[in-house]
Amino acid sequence: MNWLTKTIGASIGKKLMMAITGLSFIGFLMAHLAGNLTIYGGKDAFNAYAQKLHTIGPVLKVAEIGLLVFAVVHVLTGVWLFYQNYNARPQKYAIKKSGGGRTVGSRTMPYTGLFLLVFVILHLSNFTFTDKSQTTIYEIVSSTFANPFYVMFYIIAMAVAAVHVSHGFWSAFQSLGLNHSKYMPIIMVLSIVFAVVVGVGFGFLPIYISFQA
Amino acid sequence: MTKTINITLKVWRQNGPQVKGRLETYHADNISTDMSFLEMLDVVNEQLTLSHREPIAFDHDCREGICGMCGAVVNGRPHGHQKGTTICQLHMRQFNDGDTIVVEPWRARAFPIIKDLAVDRSALDKIIQAGGYISANTGAAQDANNITVAQNIAEKAMDAAACIGCGACVAACPNASAMLFSGAKISHLALLPQGKPEAARRVTHMLRAMDELGFGNCSNERECEAECPKEISIVNIARMNREFIKAGFSSSVE
Repeated sequence: MNWLTKTIGASIGKKLMMAITGLSFIGFLMAHLAGNLTIYGGKDAFNAYAQKLHTIGPVLKVAEIGLLVFAVVHVLTGVWLFYQNYNARPQKYAIKKSGGGRTVGSRTMPYTGLFLLVFVILHLSNFTFTDKSQTTIYEIVSSTFANPFYVMFYIIAMAVAAVHVSHGFWSAFQSLGLNHSKYMPIIMVLSIVFAVVVGVGFGFLPIYISFQA
Repeated sequence: MTKTINITLKVWRQNGPQVKGRLETYHADNISTDMSFLEMLDVVNEQLTLSHREPIAFDHDCREGICGMCGAVVNGRPHGHQKGTTICQLHMRQFNDGDTIVVEPWRARAFPIIKDLAVDRSALDKIIQAGGYISANTGAAQDANNITVAQNIAEKAMDAAACIGCGACVAACPNASAMLFSGAKISHLALLPQGKPEAARRVTHMLRAMDELGFGNCSNERECEAECPKEISIVNIARMNREFIKAGFSSSVE
């Protein structure tokens, strides 16, 4: 098994870990957004969706544990990469300008990532690890977004997620070696499209709910 | 009549690998715009020598943009702001009268400074030594056309082989990664039939060497392909990633 640790521990191996876990989160985000859209169907539709989701029981548990493991891998590998990359240039340039390769997304990956980690912890404590015996998920959501601070925080977090995804999406394909002259331009466009879908799709929900309340 | 300009230079001066360096200001007056950047530095060095000061150390060789020996970061851009050129082919007509130009060496842990603008790039040689070659049997040469190579594959291999190993990709990379260099070197051999037998061993060993030499990791910032004087594309990095995945998970190389 020495070969496995050597392969995964190499620089490309670490990038592979980031790409595979990252792409899984993109899949998760799509499913999460699709589910959340039931909010537009009203209180009952959203509660029914949440209930239905929990009836699949063990499958959901496996998915949750999988996401948790992937999140740990993504965060730890990211921190490791950030540390190594920071150390690869001990003396910084007095002046450094971009040649046009970097984007807002690529430039800020470690920082948007860290912010999203904080957001995810807060988000889970808001909606997942909370007592639901006396109330419904819709009530928790609407009472949370009655607070303008939460509305603002969630909108900012979704903008940050959009920026993170705008680089992460195409970057994952490149890291996996899936760069082809026919498909890469499409993937680059999809990267931006998906970032907008994440930002607007999730970001508009708190606004909508706060107006409903 | 040749146009001349006056410029202010801020050049990184450092006496050796271990000592502290600093930016020093020099004035270069009446510089012909037909001069290359290195010729301009020659003029400055002549003046420094005549006034009994230490000339600025910088690497150079062919001055035709093909050897890969020269290189410095000019106003924050490796080899200067002109696309697809080495610093020896960057001409002073690219600058304006009265400009202040900051010149720094390549900065990376893997490239220790020898003196001033000259850095030790033998780390790139070590990556090559780890596997950037093919083994050919001795004896009579075989017939031409015995090994067929499709034109489009030959073109791709040639695009990768255009790498002159100057190190601008490392200098440009926010992570000081040598992935474009390694990707180009691995690609141009992996694409050709002559490179196939050792492909798995090559990519594994070269990547391991790159990691051990203290280069950073690729985070797909694309600064390398933007600054590469030979305009080598990051598709070569993707090809190396594929080669590495193949070698890591489906070859017998450990």
